[in-house]
Amino acid sequence: MAAELSPRSKIWLGVASVPIILYTLLPIGWILSLSLKSNGSITDRAYLSMNKKAWSWDNYRYILTGAGGKLFKPALVNSIFICLVATVVGVALSTFAAYGIARLDFPGKRLVLNTALLTAFFPVISIVTPLFNLWRSIGLYNTTLGLIIPYLSLTLPISIWTLTAFFRQIPWEMEQAAQVDGATSWQAFRKVVFPLAAPGVFTVAIISFFTAWNDFVYAISLSSTTGSTAPHFTGSQTVPAVLGFFQGPSQFIPPTGYVAAAAVIVTIPVVVLVLFFQKRIVAGLTAGAVKG
Amino acid sequence: MTATVETTPTPTVPARHSRRKKPALSDRARQDRNLGWRLAAPAFVVMLIVVAYPIGYSIYLSLFNYRITDPHGRSFLGLRNYGTILSDTLWWHAVLVSTLVMLITVAVEFVLGMALAMVMNKIVIPRRTLRTIVLIPYSIITVVSAYGWQYAFAPNTGYLSRWLHEVSSWVPFGWWNFNADYDWFGHHWSALIAIMVSEVWKTTPFMSLLLLAGLAQVPGEMQEAAQVDGATFWERLRKVTLPAMKAAIMVAVLFRALDAFRIFDNIFIMTQGSQDTTSVGVLAYNQTITRSQVGLGSAISVLLFVCVIIITTIFVKVFRTDLSRVRGD
Repeated sequence: MAAELSPRSKIWLGVASVPIILYTLLPIGWILSLSLKSNGSITDRAYLSMNKKAWSWDNYRYILTGAGGKLFKPALVNSIFICLVATVVGVALSTFAAYGIARLDFPGKRLVLNTALLTAFFPVISIVTPLFNLWRSIGLYNTTLGLIIPYLSLTLPISIWTLTAFFRQIPWEMEQAAQVDGATSWQAFRKVVFPLAAPGVFTVAIISFFTAWNDFVYAISLSSTTGSTAPHFTGSQTVPAVLGFFQGPSQFIPPTGYVAAAAVIVTIPVVVLVLFFQKRIVAGLTAGAVKG
Repeated sequence: MTATVETTPTPTVPARHSRRKKPALSDRARQDRNLGWRLAAPAFVVMLIVVAYPIGYSIYLSLFNYRITDPHGRSFLGLRNYGTILSDTLWWHAVLVSTLVMLITVAVEFVLGMALAMVMNKIVIPRRTLRTIVLIPYSIITVVSAYGWQYAFAPNTGYLSRWLHEVSSWVPFGWWNFNADYDWFGHHWSALIAIMVSEVWKTTPFMSLLLLAGLAQVPGEMQEAAQVDGATFWERLRKVTLPAMKAAIMVAVLFRALDAFRIFDNIFIMTQGSQDTTSVGVLAYNQTITRSQVGLGSAISVLLFVCVIIITTIFVKVFRTDLSRVRGD
């Protein structure tokens, strides 16, 4: 398609990308700049401090090696572990379910889809209250498993729905050809469909991971947030939960710089994921364009 | 067709599978049915466990006057919690806030997202860079976005008011003079704007990527044919592109609309519901967790879900897209 464009429209599209890039990076640059401001210059209200003396690593030091690190580092480990497990389990289950729904006629597939919709649409906040009661009585409150299970309610529906959409766009003639050649539905799935669907599955895995990584409500409700200022960190608090209740070393001074530094640190892994898998994410999302 | 399965050598399939399938071999439909359920069952069961129990329990709890701090004082109220909520202006104001946030952010996101998707679809020169950069806000935690924008708007740390002041000073005849110390979180509308800016910034890329997926499916020949016939850019967009990607639009807009209606994180971080920015989600959280009124909070949660169902119904009716209509056509 690109080849059809005239040089002039190529240039115009290039120009159009400038505001988009600014729009995207301006807030990122701001958090970065804020995280590098010293306590004295945090209120200078400059997007970027021009005075070199105003710059310091103090915020990062506090978050990584100082008192803040006792909260922040275990929370980061929790976040990564909980989100990875919830993603792998959710996507594995969804891949099978979505294939069944997209390809096979069976009574009740509407029920499965509607359940996925219901799950996705049922507000997290309403699931939290009963889970809070149950988790306390069976000892899952403030544990990693106690967050992994509800996180499946985040990763499963979006995976099932998106994958079903993906699977419907795959050139099924190839699968039918395989079946005409004598393959069973299962063989056709493994040998023909899965390789075609893999980019989609991968994209959905990343979307799932980001969805879980982004969760705030489950994390603040099903893990103990009272430890936010305590020196000893126990339990399953994730990074958003710690950030949301972070008070910093003094309750009279807003922890702006520390929060900004922590925000930058938790943004690095997802940015790395994006840089590394950018092509996969976009290719996966546009996988529907695959033509037989 | 099914009979060929037995005669064709299938060395890679373990015997277990062929044995399981045997009863269904005489009937392709039954085979589909069995395999379909085997594939879908695990996900289905997990969803039931994670959601069906809480839904049922929420509805049950909503019928009681129940505080966590006073478990013995629990008493059955029937539907009176719902009466209390529906006759309270707090609830209706929260619905208004959620609805406004949904309508405004989704409309803005659709326009921005569509423009973004069209640029990403055709762009040649910074193609990879653009696609990578656009993914960044989408992948950032909402809480981080909320803090970033809060600090950007806040009169004691933020640069935005200063920039707006600067821009307003260029406007001739002093028609616009923006106060550099404007307290964004001190007024209802400005606080809502700050919240919506964070929401839009963070979620537009998600919308644009889903739209890009739909855009990539629009047959190029259709575009060319329309162009040859002399259709303008807007005509092609309206008559060719948008109808051809209806399904992708439906998914993107519905997902975002429901997400926006349940807005919680941005409000919780930026205003904690002050200046009348309490959304339905924040209201439910405040009742359940902060004030430990589990019964009342559960009733709000159930009503929130009812709102979500209403929105979904409207969408499905307007777009006439049946999600479970498989194999298209």
